[in-house]
Amino acid sequence: MNDTMIQTTGLTRHFTVKKDVVEAVRGLDLHVAEGELVALLGPNGAGKSTTLRMLTTLIPPTSGTATVAGYDVVDQQREVRRVIGYIGQGNGAAHAQRGRDELVSQGRAYGMSGRDAKARADELVASLDLAAVADRPVSSLSGGQKRRLDIAMGLIHAPRLLFLDEPSTGLDPQNRANLQEHILKLRADHGTTIVLTTHYLDEADAMAERVIVVDHGTVIADDTPAGLKAEHAGDLITLGFASGADAARAAQRLGALDGAAVSSDGVQVEVRAQGGPRLVPGILRDLDAAGIAVESTTVNRPTLDDVFLNLTGRSLREGVVTTSTEEVAA
Amino acid sequence: MSSTTMITDTVTVFSRELRPVLRDPFSVVFSMIQPLVFLGLFAPLLPEVEGGSALQWFVPGIVVMSCLFSTSFTGSNLLFEIQTGAHERMLVTPLRRPALIVGRALKEIVPMIVQTLIIVLVCVPFGFDLHILGVLAGVAILAVMAVGLGALSYTLALASKNTEWLFWTVQQTVLFPLLLLAGILLPVDDGPGWLRALSSANPLTYVVDAERALFNGEFPASTVLAAVVASVAVAALGLAVGTRAMRRSS
Ligand SMILES: Nc1ncnc2c1ncn2[C@@H]1O[C@H](COP(=O)(O)OP(=O)(O)O)[C@@H](O)[C@H]1O
Ligand SMILES: [Mg+2]
Repeated sequence: MNDTMIQTTGLTRHFTVKKDVVEAVRGLDLHVAEGELVALLGPNGAGKSTTLRMLTTLIPPTSGTATVAGYDVVDQQREVRRVIGYIGQGNGAAHAQRGRDELVSQGRAYGMSGRDAKARADELVASLDLAAVADRPVSSLSGGQKRRLDIAMGLIHAPRLLFLDEPSTGLDPQNRANLQEHILKLRADHGTTIVLTTHYLDEADAMAERVIVVDHGTVIADDTPAGLKAEHAGDLITLGFASGADAARAAQRLGALDGAAVSSDGVQVEVRAQGGPRLVPGILRDLDAAGIAVESTTVNRPTLDDVFLNLTGRSLREGVVTTSTEEVAA
Repeated sequence: MSSTTMITDTVTVFSRELRPVLRDPFSVVFSMIQPLVFLGLFAPLLPEVEGGSALQWFVPGIVVMSCLFSTSFTGSNLLFEIQTGAHERMLVTPLRRPALIVGRALKEIVPMIVQTLIIVLVCVPFGFDLHILGVLAGVAILAVMAVGLGALSYTLALASKNTEWLFWTVQQTVLFPLLLLAGILLPVDDGPGWLRALSSANPLTYVVDAERALFNGEFPASTVLAAVVASVAVAALGLAVGTRAMRRSS
């Protein structure tokens, strides 16, 4: 399974807004193999949707080329459209329609017979837990139900390649987890190649084997979540002391540590380094030998936000910070 | 999976568009409230015209008005689908671009027929003379006009993608002049020259004239031909600009 599914070279898209040129995507070189699950991660305005809209034939590139499943996105639009599924940022099912009707007409659009389309719609309604709402007007569905219906719409023709643009934006954590489960199941059951965009770090972290970090229309990193963290961010060891004087002395001693960045703030000292949990015992012994008493210790594993922060100097987070924390006895 | 053709694509779009109407037939009646109010309030005020009752003169105009109202509004459905994302989703399917506009525009025929039927049936008890053949011919001409007007409304929706006000401004600005200049509510024959000139540039004028004759059981060849030409021209124009706009739509 190493066939190329997506290949872009120098993919570029500009928009002209009142004489200003917005360079939404700048010279993107991308290779996605069949069967991969890739997340495009980046802040709002990074160019994720524009990239997807070019790959799904919605808008032509300003320059550069892209092939999807071997077809050119400009010259072979119908061939591309036949093999891909697309779940955009909006609702695929029209609000004035009923969900099941939309599913059937979506199937017809891909050339399925009326009977096949109905059968497939029933199948998807069942597997996406939509049975209770499929025959109601779409406008009356909750956000999570609408989103599951959108997914069903994108899956009607069992595409080999599925694009999802911010699939879980606007959903509460429970619906988000539920949706992620559906997507992962799809992958496990059918080996579908999946390209999704997200600005949720935990989503990229939890779902994708490969995360492509984009910012200002270019790729700034491309690796597994673990690889990105190992490469671009270390663990954060935080040591607490009884006094500022202790903290200052400790910071001075720890400055000698290889490959570690040390900073102190009041009674706390922060050490950023790879392999944090294994460093801690040595640090504690060393400080103990020097007569400095450590009051508390925590080790924070790096997140993709740390990666993004290191790469761009900006944070991706909008709200409250939650990190996975491993407590270490002091 | 079998392959699709322009025809199957058109059928897919047409039936999808028709589905909400079938699910909720009453929506067709809602769009008629205004024409029916006009009918109820205007008809009693009309003076007797020579060679027939006022109703015989007025009803065909109201039929055209009803068609004009619902077809000119129809783009707002597409506009809403553009805003919510359904239109984008359809653009990513293999549906052919022309089918996306033709299928939608063809659907306009169905509410037009239902509305005409209701108006005629409501008026028969009040002395409207029913000439079945004439009504059928009138409906056939109006069907072509409905497709054209619908396609134009959809085109306007596509052009108003990020500017909803544009749709409503143009729709409202165009609607009433078209209506009045076609001589639907008042005859324009006695108006000043400039008004008659504008009226003769309005394709609806020819359709209204022909509908009046046909609904009265007359088949004047030149009047009918003018109406056929006018509606075919509007349909051709609407579908051409509509297809172009649909190809550019994203
Ligand atoms: N149709 C458009 N017209 C003008 N500018 C656009 C258009 N679409 C996107 N942009 C601009 O391109 C940039 C990238 O947008 P987008 O691809 O939507 O980012 P993302 O999906 O990563 O949030 C933004 O600056 C956005 O304002
Ligand atoms: Mg986006």
